[in-house]
Amino acid sequence: MLTLDSVSKVYSVGTFGSGRLRAVRDVSFTVEPGQIVSLIGESGSGKSTIGKMILGLLRPTDGTIDFKGTSVGTLRRRDLKEYYRGVQGVFQDPFSAYNPVFKADRIFAMIKEQYFPEVTAEQWRAKIHDALEAVGLDSASVLDKYPHQMSGGQLQRLLVARALLLDIDFLVADEITSMLDASTRIDVLNMLADLTEHNLSVLFITHDLNLGYYISDRTVILYRGAIVEMGDTARIFDNPLHPYTKMLMASVPRLDSMWAARDEVSAEAMQDAQLHTGGCVYYGRCPIGSHDLGCHEKHPALVEAEDDHLVACYAVERDLPLSWPSTNPVSVG
Amino acid sequence: MSLQVENLRVHYQTLDGRVKALDGATFSIEDGEIMGLAGESGCGKTTLGTSLIRLAPPMTYIEGKVVLDNTELPVWDDRAMRKFRYSEISVIPQYAMSAMNPTRKIGKMTAELLKARGIRYSDVEHEFKQRLELVGLSDDVLGMYPIELSGGMKQRAVMVLSTLLNPSLLVADEITSALDVSSQRAVAEMLTEFRDRGWVKSVIFITHDVSVLAQIADSIMIMYAGKLAEKAPTGSVISAPKHPYSKLLIESLPEMGVRHAERELAGIPGKPPGLLHPPEGCRFRDRCPIAFERCHEQPPFAEVAANHMSACWRAEEV
Repeated sequence: MLTLDSVSKVYSVGTFGSGRLRAVRDVSFTVEPGQIVSLIGESGSGKSTIGKMILGLLRPTDGTIDFKGTSVGTLRRRDLKEYYRGVQGVFQDPFSAYNPVFKADRIFAMIKEQYFPEVTAEQWRAKIHDALEAVGLDSASVLDKYPHQMSGGQLQRLLVARALLLDIDFLVADEITSMLDASTRIDVLNMLADLTEHNLSVLFITHDLNLGYYISDRTVILYRGAIVEMGDTARIFDNPLHPYTKMLMASVPRLDSMWAARDEVSAEAMQDAQLHTGGCVYYGRCPIGSHDLGCHEKHPALVEAEDDHLVACYAVERDLPLSWPSTNPVSVG
Repeated sequence: MSLQVENLRVHYQTLDGRVKALDGATFSIEDGEIMGLAGESGCGKTTLGTSLIRLAPPMTYIEGKVVLDNTELPVWDDRAMRKFRYSEISVIPQYAMSAMNPTRKIGKMTAELLKARGIRYSDVEHEFKQRLELVGLSDDVLGMYPIELSGGMKQRAVMVLSTLLNPSLLVADEITSALDVSSQRAVAEMLTEFRDRGWVKSVIFITHDVSVLAQIADSIMIMYAGKLAEKAPTGSVISAPKHPYSKLLIESLPEMGVRHAERELAGIPGKPPGLLHPPEGCRFRDRCPIAFERCHEQPPFAEVAANHMSACWRAEEV
């Protein structure tokens, strides 16, 4: 349904915009109807940039984003409005998404004005009722209220309800639970999972591996703009292959196992990447990378390590059983 | 015993009345103890931490006693607290790493900060550099501006700076929250290292992330709506909580190995009461699955098992 093909984004940085920052490097993946795909990465990995490009807020420097046959990167302003009937985004901070002067349900009225001027008030009320029900909110407790009278979880779900009014097929959820308390966070996650039963697809952008594991069907791990590992969520979490993914898994705080009992994370791995240009994006931090493997020359392509599990690492590639077509980069999709 | 707090009550003065953000806290921390303090936003955990160090308006001291190393702290007196701050009790406030002066190099900022506390930079320079090295920062950072450091590096520099005088108590407020998982682990493990080296005697580690506490805290204290709910050694709180709120909170955490398709976790319905006019009795009553008649009366924060404090009438049944 949504396909990213070799998408890159380069930002101009520095005082005169002369510097170049490659925020997203050659990223390709697909999202199928009813799927939740989590995009996991640390700050600066380019995960939000990808979300913004899918929403048409930024244009890719290279590559194409295709949504049901429309190329997103080339949409004009007029076409974008139509595009937003099918694709919507919800972001991190629900508290600043509302205008505190107005009642929170004004966001629904704005949708009606823009997209459904012909719908009668009666029908519209029914539609709002359905949308609220879908996100698990009780209309009496959220309608006709000001933003400060509601909890973060309620506000966030109200924003999802707003997106649902448009009968969307695709939702970009960028860190939507990171400002919520534990007791309400899980309700928002469960709601997303329930919505996929009605064939909604979700790109779940997060830095929290626990949340990604809980909710998603497929996982994409990003490091400095490049995909280092992706595939079926359970396969990636049960059998992480890329040294970066392994380091992440060893660092996640858990209730049931101690950091001390897990892999030692080397001090180098915790340092920020030594800026190494050219070669593998992870080379500056990598404990197993070497010149012999050619890690310093070219970023490795994704290869299939097992069914629906791709990894971009020369060392992993070398150690793969011969039965796998390890030398041919596998096309994604 | 390092810190003893008795019936500490701190409210916020507003135009509408007093917000009862911290309503009677009694607990103690042993020497060498890292106590995790957890709870939802607005439960009063930051108010508790802040009131131990700088109780400034609109915070209003109502009553209570704070004893640190057998000396009573004059927490109600901003001026008198000056001689304890930084040397005896130090704080890393929330977002401290983003609050560094962007126009000063780290070294100069440190010197200015120390000067404001009446300490000559040259006297502590050697120790400061040694400690920076221990947390993996070279001397070079002293000549750098905050913007040149990553979040993890800034947080480590802030940690070294706030513990430079070996305070008896460190209040660390959400110091791992804005960091990536790898830096989060590094910073949290560093805190235990600081304790082991005697750079801080004990620590109050405030966070909303219980799983980080499971890794490094010796004990966990859970707060709810301005009251203490539970305090016990880390293992007991996580595996055998004795307060319904802690139990539901821990059960709502998504963890490795738990997937929505296999086991759906549940949140806690409802939301905490407003603290301007909190209800009588147990404040968790309305959301509690095991509440009964007696909950209209506030349960005491009492020892329900060895070394295990809980404020619930039915603690035994949780």
